[in-house]
Amino acid sequence: MRTRGSETISKAGTDQSGVALVINREPKLSQEFQVEDTDPDPDPGETTQAVFTLNYPRIQIPFEITLWVLLASFAKIGFHVYHKITVWVPESCLLISIGLIVGGIMHSLHEKPPAVLTSNAFFLYMLPPIVLDSGYFMPTRPFFENFGTVLWFAVVGTLWNSIGIGISLFAICQIEVFGVQDITLQENFLFASIISAVEPVAVLTVFEDISVHEQLYIVVFGECLFNDAVTVVLYNLFNHVAALEVVEAGDVFLDIGRFFVVGLGGTIFGALFGFVTAFTTRFTGKVREIEPLIIFLYSYLAYLIAELFAISSIMAIVICALTMKYYVEENVSQRSCTTIRHVIKMVGSVSETLIFFFLGVVTITTEHEWNWGYILFALLFALLWRGLGILVLTQIINPFRTIPFNFKDQFGLAYGGLRGAVSFALAFTLPDNIGRKDLFITGTIVVIIFTVFIQGITIRPLLKLMNVRKTNRNQETINDEIHKRLMEHTVAGIEDLCGQWSHYYWKDKFMKFNNRILRKILIRDNHPESSIVALYKKLELQNAMEVLDQMSGDISAAPSLISLHEERKNASKSRKKFLSSDVTNMHELLSKNMYKIRHRTVSYTNKHTLPDDITAREILMRRHTSLRRSLRAGSFHGTNAAKMSQKYFSLPMGRSLNSRFPPRRLVHADGDIESEINYSSIRHPQRVSSKAVMPLRPLNTLKEVASSVNTVDGQNEEQRGCRRSHLGSNVSRSGHLTSHLPHGSSRNCSDGDHDAWVEEPQNNSDVQHPLMRRPHWLPQKPHDK
Amino acid sequence: MGSRASSLLREEDIEEIKKETGFSHSQITRLYSRFHSLDKGENGALSREDFQRIPELAINPLGDRIINAFFPEGTNKKYTAREDQVNFRGFMRTLAHFRPVEDNEKNKDLTSGEPLNSRTNKLHFAFQLYDLDRDDKISRDELLQVLRMMVGVNISDEQLGSIADRTIQEADTNGDMCISFSEFTKVLEKVDVEQKMSIRFLH
Repeated sequence: MRTRGSETISKAGTDQSGVALVINREPKLSQEFQVEDTDPDPDPGETTQAVFTLNYPRIQIPFEITLWVLLASFAKIGFHVYHKITVWVPESCLLISIGLIVGGIMHSLHEKPPAVLTSNAFFLYMLPPIVLDSGYFMPTRPFFENFGTVLWFAVVGTLWNSIGIGISLFAICQIEVFGVQDITLQENFLFASIISAVEPVAVLTVFEDISVHEQLYIVVFGECLFNDAVTVVLYNLFNHVAALEVVEAGDVFLDIGRFFVVGLGGTIFGALFGFVTAFTTRFTGKVREIEPLIIFLYSYLAYLIAELFAISSIMAIVICALTMKYYVEENVSQRSCTTIRHVIKMVGSVSETLIFFFLGVVTITTEHEWNWGYILFALLFALLWRGLGILVLTQIINPFRTIPFNFKDQFGLAYGGLRGAVSFALAFTLPDNIGRKDLFITGTIVVIIFTVFIQGITIRPLLKLMNVRKTNRNQETINDEIHKRLMEHTVAGIEDLCGQWSHYYWKDKFMKFNNRILRKILIRDNHPESSIVALYKKLELQNAMEVLDQMSGDISAAPSLISLHEERKNASKSRKKFLSSDVTNMHELLSKNMYKIRHRTVSYTNKHTLPDDITAREILMRRHTSLRRSLRAGSFHGTNAAKMSQKYFSLPMGRSLNSRFPPRRLVHADGDIESEINYSSIRHPQRVSSKAVMPLRPLNTLKEVASSVNTVDGQNEEQRGCRRSHLGSNVSRSGHLTSHLPHGSSRNCSDGDHDAWVEEPQNNSDVQHPLMRRPHWLPQKPHDK
Repeated sequence: MGSRASSLLREEDIEEIKKETGFSHSQITRLYSRFHSLDKGENGALSREDFQRIPELAINPLGDRIINAFFPEGTNKKYTAREDQVNFRGFMRTLAHFRPVEDNEKNKDLTSGEPLNSRTNKLHFAFQLYDLDRDDKISRDELLQVLRMMVGVNISDEQLGSIADRTIQEADTNGDMCISFSEFTKVLEKVDVEQKMSIRFLH
């Protein structure tokens, strides 16, 4: 046996669990060794006492858990190696497949899966991270705007589904042919509630590529979240009811009342905890290291205590995360913020992965009870009722919405109703007093696998098909595309300007209350405006440097200026002939590369990765360079430079930003550009004439506040850390600027900086342009380069 | 929505704005409170910096151009320095372009007989986002500027140049290698501009 163990150890990857389980069989053996080792009379010469012992039982549980998690992680890594897969096949599919494979292996080795998925383990350890993940990354603004719709679909939709499926299945049970008459109504409801929990992860990724409008994202996302809560509540309810022999009307009403108490109670509880967390983080200024810990602890505590009182723990933790996020992200340091997000994402996704994994394994290894009629009808009804439900509910709620759902949206919602991890776990943890537990488990697994595989894979082509038919792309001219996009951006901008909110009255009230009272209590440095301004200036400053040092000016207008000049001369020549293939290429280029309207790029669409802000950064960088260029142009050499440089900046020419600057700032006799724009040495691409190179001042003048040398991470790393509300992820104050900012160096953000940045803007009231209102730390002496 | 804000707006002003722009009373009051909250200097007018303070505009690719559109030019058509403050009426006048079109429009704007949110005026607004120098023509350079703003970093300049060329080619009917306003209107005749350039303002 020992040799067998070592053989299997030498195999790679997926067999690791085989190893674990093989060794499982060996405890006796090692224990024998143990016994011999503790022989009261150890004789050093005795050969049976080994120098090397194997004490497996001691580490067994953590070891197995670790191996499983590791295996799941390898699986995830594996998928992303070949990118195309993830585009077509949702991640849940892949995970289940791997689970199936491993299950197959284990089955052939006649092993049983580790009995880790107990009810307790699931509800207390695996579910909270998943839910916290959903809650924390829920974008609050769109969420509240669509709150009514979300609740409507989640609560009423789930109820509709459960009750509908339950009743239809009960009707089926009455038919003798299928031989399932022993399933009571309550049990049917229980089963129905399990399979009506929808998980739209896969759908969101598909939607993103097919440009379904953003309202749909948030509805789907929110629905999933509340859906879980509602399902768990219903499940508990029906569980409780199923155990009762006789159900009276009074019980039913009591239960309905209980439903609301549970839901609302959870919400209030969560909000309470959220505020307490926020309040606590106010004081953690000096102990930054424990900030993430506090967040996690409080969230988990909310969950546990809600469980204690048997109110909806999912609601509690979600609302807690939603509430505290806003305040916490203002109080904690950048790094803590990143840590929090990363850890939540990590644990949440591990948990979900594990559950899917188990699904695959359990599918193969458990004893199934198969009943053609029941299961197939269950599947049928699940699909049917979801479709009907969406249709009916949308009809009812459309008049109340500012943007009604069209047919394509409804189809997406209905067809995208994949079942997922929560359903499985709920089924698996059914109490044993349910007679047909195995049947239920089998049924759930079938529904999940069907929806995840079949629907998950086909939804994308279907939506594409529907989409393409709507807009007949080939007839669109390039003009159409460009101008339409321009208009969309404009409208998005104007909407932001007007601060549109759907249910503005309550929101306004809340915001007032928030600003006047809550923020003062819960946030440490309460400078609402200046923190936003300061932080996005941070981003701009840092990005400008970063980009100009790293990229060879793709973003800056500089190279384009030269080529443009030349092209201008040629442009007056004969009209070019454009082949239709050229035009198609152009269409493709544009559709792939034009910035999507702001809303669509919001990060929440992908559940499995962290949000990123690439577009925002690019745009800000571009503005920065153009503004800088305009400054240079204004105070610099004559018409040539001015003409050249005005090409790309979006402010009108002549509208010199310089005029806003009090003259004293432009004192430098040698024509240096002024102190305020303390950019690092800009490495201009070679093509630009040397005139354009600005002798710049290193930023060590900013050292006043903290001498942290900030260097920039690899770009992608950065982006993960960007928080949308702050638009900036680190303080960039580089001390060594004449050289490239090294890639991948660690970010040093001393937290004292945070405060300094925030306070700064108030000193610069004399400089008008907020972007140019560079923190002007010290009276500066110009130095060359 | 605060009472303090709306008390600075007089009834007769509201009436005038209503006539000029077609917004309803409650819309005007609501937008006024937004105007007021943007106006940090509390001087009854917004400057560019006030607009630039809106973070969402900062990351809108056309943010600066949109802000620009609020600031009216001088009275002569030739390029003059723009004013740098916009008062509430100017603010509303610009926003009026985005009102959805209704069938029974009765109001006029000051210069032409059409309501501010007519199709032509909406198109004109979009046109002016391109046409910085106000010469009523979108030149290739202006088009390139806007394209560059709207497009990511992966498109090379040559490609962008060809796209711009193609755009002009499609639209240009008189061969001057620029897009005039009438050409612009014509090329967009199939597009539902009224719906695309409209915002549902809340009451």
